[in-house]
Amino acid sequence: MTSEGAGYERRSAAAVIAPVTVRKLAKVPFVELAEGRLQGVVSSGSDVERVYVSSITAGDHGLSCNTNNNRPCGGLSGGSRACGHLRALADAAVAQYGLARVARYLKVELAAGEEDLWAGLHTTTAPNRAAEVFSGFLRHLAYLETPPSNEPLPELQWFPAAGAVS
Amino acid sequence: MLTLTTPSGLGETLALVDGLDDVLVHGLARIDEERAAALEAIAAAFAGSPPADRIADAIGKIIAGTVTDENLIVLAGARTALLGAAHDALLGSLGRPREPWTAEGEPAPAGPPLGGGRSWLRELAIAGWRGVDHELAGGGAAAVQTLLGEPSARRLAVLLDGFGAELRAAAPVATLERIPVRRWADLWTRALLLCQAAYPVFGAVPVDGRLLILGADLHEHPTVFRAQVHGLLEAGGTVRLVRASVAAAKVDTITGPSAWRMLAGFPVLRGALAGHRSIEIAGMPLTAAGDLLWDEACATAGEPADPFATARVLLATAVLPPVAPLDRHPAAIAEPVLLEGYTAGPDSLDLGGVPVAVDRDRLPAAGPLTPALVAASTACLGLLRWDAGRWAVQPLAVQAVVRKKPVAAHTGDWALGPTEAKAAKAEAAAGTAVEVLRERAGRLLRR
Repeated sequence: MTSEGAGYERRSAAAVIAPVTVRKLAKVPFVELAEGRLQGVVSSGSDVERVYVSSITAGDHGLSCNTNNNRPCGGLSGGSRACGHLRALADAAVAQYGLARVARYLKVELAAGEEDLWAGLHTTTAPNRAAEVFSGFLRHLAYLETPPSNEPLPELQWFPAAGAVS
Repeated sequence: MLTLTTPSGLGETLALVDGLDDVLVHGLARIDEERAAALEAIAAAFAGSPPADRIADAIGKIIAGTVTDENLIVLAGARTALLGAAHDALLGSLGRPREPWTAEGEPAPAGPPLGGGRSWLRELAIAGWRGVDHELAGGGAAAVQTLLGEPSARRLAVLLDGFGAELRAAAPVATLERIPVRRWADLWTRALLLCQAAYPVFGAVPVDGRLLILGADLHEHPTVFRAQVHGLLEAGGTVRLVRASVAAAKVDTITGPSAWRMLAGFPVLRGALAGHRSIEIAGMPLTAAGDLLWDEACATAGEPADPFATARVLLATAVLPPVAPLDRHPAAIAEPVLLEGYTAGPDSLDLGGVPVAVDRDRLPAAGPLTPALVAASTACLGLLRWDAGRWAVQPLAVQAVVRKKPVAAHTGDWALGPTEAKAAKAEAAAGTAVEVLRERAGRLLRR
């Protein structure tokens, strides 16, 4: 992200979102920072029909993990110690958005040089948000079914495609 | 010869815009004396012009605390007019004659629901960017979902979705180091205009001819990837500059070269980009602003055509289209240019003592152009743009000498997949994202 230079405030094409890093999606097909949570969907290791819906709230770092059929995750079992799904979720988020953005969103204070997000998370339990998170995932997938457009879409001049890494 | 100047009056006009933009940082609920003066200066600038009374009235009411949709749209209209004038002065300073705008607009028929978007934009204006928290940033999501389902509202949906994604990424904005003040005011203003049922739409007429591609400009935000092709249409003895645009919905994890996979429905256009071919056009609609409404059924792959040869022979004398009235904005300027005989540096191309900045932020990962190639280039086909107080060229293609061998690279070269081995391997791995998500969608969406 280029926020250097005096012109940033007066630049129509100022870059706001750093390009996401491409990552493998098989284990964690969906991650988002939304609704005040790091949330997403983690594939079950044993059953292709099942996914886990996991989230960590910003600020108080409340953990939640349930299956898409709304069963509680056995690993988390309502506690405040992260299960494997939540760890996979956090790893995917850091891979996709970078540690700084994830930490900022969750309001995590990390010591300089600390690269483990969990070192700054003081976890607690949070209410089940599986329904909201799962509908977020379905909305996400629905983009892939949205037909393309041949309209000129003039506002996309404000959105240049993510830059090449030289 | 390219001469780039700053038109007189531009600084004063942009200062008025900046005054308004700074008000939006703090929000219309918190207008102090200084910010009130900035708004009143805008009203004063319109004195004596037809909308003067409406603008003065709306700004007076906003300062007094009456922030209604009626007053906000007038404020957005005033900002659009100021930037429209700046656009005209900048484009005029290039000294390229254009066709006049003559098309008559008509309101869109049976409009989509716009109230949700309008009320979110009103809340944003009242709170100001500094007041945007997670909840307010996400407040436009429902409106976007509704609009995405309405083909006639795609333009607004794509804009609101990109704008909302930025606000969500930046929230809470109060703790953000730097705020993209003009950018968010631009996006807010344009979204508010598009949220009006009376926003004019213009027709298109079918054309026949041969499309010679100059280059592809690639655009992207988390949920869209778009290739906008600039080209010359030879039709009935006239050569006109046109654009053709294909946009696909996507998700943020699909980016870089694999984003082209989302445009699988446009094999003729992608093939022509990757293969440097012309396209025979038959009965494809062309708008008054020079946009071909791309339809693969009206397109057939033609003969090989080198974009540099096209530009050298035809670009200087091509007929340039007019700009739709409400699309006039400095950031919307994207004028195809061919630059040769320069000395390339890392940040600029020196045209015999006149340096032209290179817009390095617009070299997309979805194509083979890199800053290094531009710095080694001897010829550049690009788009001339104006932003942040200066002109810059965005390369769409370069001819360069690499290891004593001449090479050419175009942004559309990878339209059918990367042609370079390392990038192709990375794309093959990343491209499985599309398939993984489709498989998940197949299992989970149909329940």
